[in-house]
Amino acid sequence: MYDIENIYEAVDIQDAIKALVENPSAIPLAGGTDILIKIREGKLAGKSFISLHHINSLKGITRDEQGNIMIRPLTTFSHITYHPLIKTYLPMLGEAVDQVGGPQIRNMGTIGGNICNGVTSADSASTLFTYNALLEITGPTGIRNIPITAFYKGPGRVHLQQGELLTGICITKENYEGFHGHYIKYAMREAMDIATLGCAVNCKLNASLDQLEDVRLAFGVAGPTPMRCNKAEAAVIGQTISPSLFKTFSEVALTEVNPRTSWRASRDFRLQLVKELSKRALKQAILLGGGHLDD
Amino acid sequence: MIKVIHCIVNGKEEEIPVDIRESLADMLRHRLGLTSVKKGCEVGECGACTVLVDDEAIDSCIYLALWADGKKIITVEGLQQHTSLLTPIQQAFVDEAAVQCGFCTPGLIITAVEIVGSGKHYSRDELRKLISGHLCRCTGYHNILNAMERIVEEAHKFVGNEY
Repeated sequence: MYDIENIYEAVDIQDAIKALVENPSAIPLAGGTDILIKIREGKLAGKSFISLHHINSLKGITRDEQGNIMIRPLTTFSHITYHPLIKTYLPMLGEAVDQVGGPQIRNMGTIGGNICNGVTSADSASTLFTYNALLEITGPTGIRNIPITAFYKGPGRVHLQQGELLTGICITKENYEGFHGHYIKYAMREAMDIATLGCAVNCKLNASLDQLEDVRLAFGVAGPTPMRCNKAEAAVIGQTISPSLFKTFSEVALTEVNPRTSWRASRDFRLQLVKELSKRALKQAILLGGGHLDD
Repeated sequence: MIKVIHCIVNGKEEEIPVDIRESLADMLRHRLGLTSVKKGCEVGECGACTVLVDDEAIDSCIYLALWADGKKIITVEGLQQHTSLLTPIQQAFVDEAAVQCGFCTPGLIITAVEIVGSGKHYSRDELRKLISGHLCRCTGYHNILNAMERIVEEAHKFVGNEY
């Protein structure tokens, strides 16, 4: 038996928001794969929860006429990985969330929970940063959209006001069309582990496939929240693919990150991973885009 | 607080009063007596409590009983055939000596049901990944993988038939 004060099962989005407004201390509960464990550990014991489990409008993936892809937050990791729209347009995201936990966890855990937890190690978050994902947030006064890059306040804290709920993750066409990306999760085990470092690179090549027209680099666990490395990106955009480009990319990235020492790994080891994985992920992304590595 | 839920467990419609704080594993074990559902770690790491909810394998220890409302649940008890014989999946575990203490076995069999249900062929490495949500503390993984490989090989004979 879980140490739970009360659970309210919301029937739709408006009902969930109303319940959140009426119970300011209640915590929204999605897949439960993190929260139920925190209850068991005692960290969230005795609290009240608002279950979103039965809200079908918070599940699913669609693509509109403009080609923008909307992922509803209660979509489970495995449903994302196996969804035809994801396989076709956002393969990096499907591959990244296929590295969360183990198979059963991926059948339960949701992408919305992964983001709203506010943890830096979320496999979906760094990847979504490189797609410039827009978050649709619904609250008592209506809907607002914010970029995921502005969503994180600090470890475990995100920009959700009282009564607000993440109701959509949108990736616009210009942020995936022509891009090829690669996510590397570095962990001690190949499954059932949390990333020591996560690195996502999304890049777009020019027509002759020898220059980087656009690059996005994002990390998990390289700082208190998932983060983009804008300086590293700016240093290589428009450049011709060459061994020195990879060197520049990883060296500038090192100046932007701020990993910590934890029981999983030391700061120095994480810095080494930042340096190495940023290069490897960029190389793989270039290869996926049909480019050649000149080394 | 008690709430009544309706679900189909092993093909049978059930109306079950559950405590809102109860896990699905507790509900299946204590209210329905389905003790193939093992409680190991209770934090979703060992996979001993794996059951199928709407044909997807989940850890029932970190799934609220409330959420099972309207769902179709299958445990190892539900695999029993009319003839009282083992299913081909269970037989493969026996033939390959993939059972030592047996604690992880029901969960692994449920995952095998999910894998076989997909009807696809998998390499040994892919199978390793697919069973990565299970811990076998007897460490009999080789024989488990042998059994899994054998089942997947024979899968096409069973798909669309009984598990």
